[in-house]
Amino acid sequence: MLPEEIAKFIGKSIGVVACEVEKGSIKRFADAVEETNPLYWDEEHAAKSRYGSIIAPPGFFGWPVKLPRGLTFQRPTDISDPPEITENMRVALFKAGFGRVVDGGIEYEFLQPVRAGDMLSAKSMIKDITEREGKTGKMAFVIIETAYHNRKDELVAKARATAIYR
Amino acid sequence: MAKQLYWENVEVGGEVTPLSKIATTRMLVKWAGASGDFNPLHYDAAFAALQGVGSPIVHGALKRQWLVQLMTDWMGEQGTLKKFACSYRAMDWPRKMATPMTPEEGETWQCKGKVTKKYTEESQHLVDCEIWIENGKGEVTTPGTATVILPSKK
Repeated sequence: MLPEEIAKFIGKSIGVVACEVEKGSIKRFADAVEETNPLYWDEEHAAKSRYGSIIAPPGFFGWPVKLPRGLTFQRPTDISDPPEITENMRVALFKAGFGRVVDGGIEYEFLQPVRAGDMLSAKSMIKDITEREGKTGKMAFVIIETAYHNRKDELVAKARATAIYR
Repeated sequence: MAKQLYWENVEVGGEVTPLSKIATTRMLVKWAGASGDFNPLHYDAAFAALQGVGSPIVHGALKRQWLVQLMTDWMGEQGTLKKFACSYRAMDWPRKMATPMTPEEGETWQCKGKVTKKYTEESQHLVDCEIWIENGKGEVTTPGTATVILPSKK
């Protein structure tokens, strides 16, 4: 059973982060993966493609345009607004003996292409927290769901990320 | 980029064109900067040792992005990645650098996939795949699934 101090975070919104999809950030992202896909790199090629402009690799949703006070630039999904929500959850998990965290996995549903110049809103919530007994002791699985919408308020993508605390 | 793949040319059981990757300490630094994941687990040797993983490990999300590339390269420009999932089941350790640009000898990772289902739904021509990453020993560290929409010749 999860202690109430942890369970109370289930269902909590962790805020909405506005993200700008800049061409340069797309290229840095593609370069880090060592991708040379012309849809990410070649303006002319991308203009003639069915997208009409440079797109982002699926899985890239841009960078936050501003930050809640006290935070540095990082993955939008690591940001909560106000920052205390996820920080308090981490502290509660730490106190319950879950001091280490690893990325467990991700599920995506892509509904629209993400284009250079897009402004997305990333809205995240703590969907679930479950405790399981693993080979190396107890683990807590924290599920964060994020919905990305574009300027026209169309749903662009949904993500479901799992963080494993132990 | 490979030539365009069409739904009619895909068979259940067929393979997704494999993709080779070499994780290096250099690539991990670039990924940290490009993705915003600045967890020291991926670049600070002392921190990684304290966390019980030996030395810095490859970011799960970087492996995710290799698998995304596996699919987008295979499906071609007329294809669309509709769904994607992967889980980071086992850790991977990057090669160290021998020179500023070239890694030491060592492990090469293979991203692979297999078609598990071919179907149409709401006029979309779809293909489901099982996808995974094998480490240098051939062990699967990162299994997943993907669904792509492919163009049809009809």
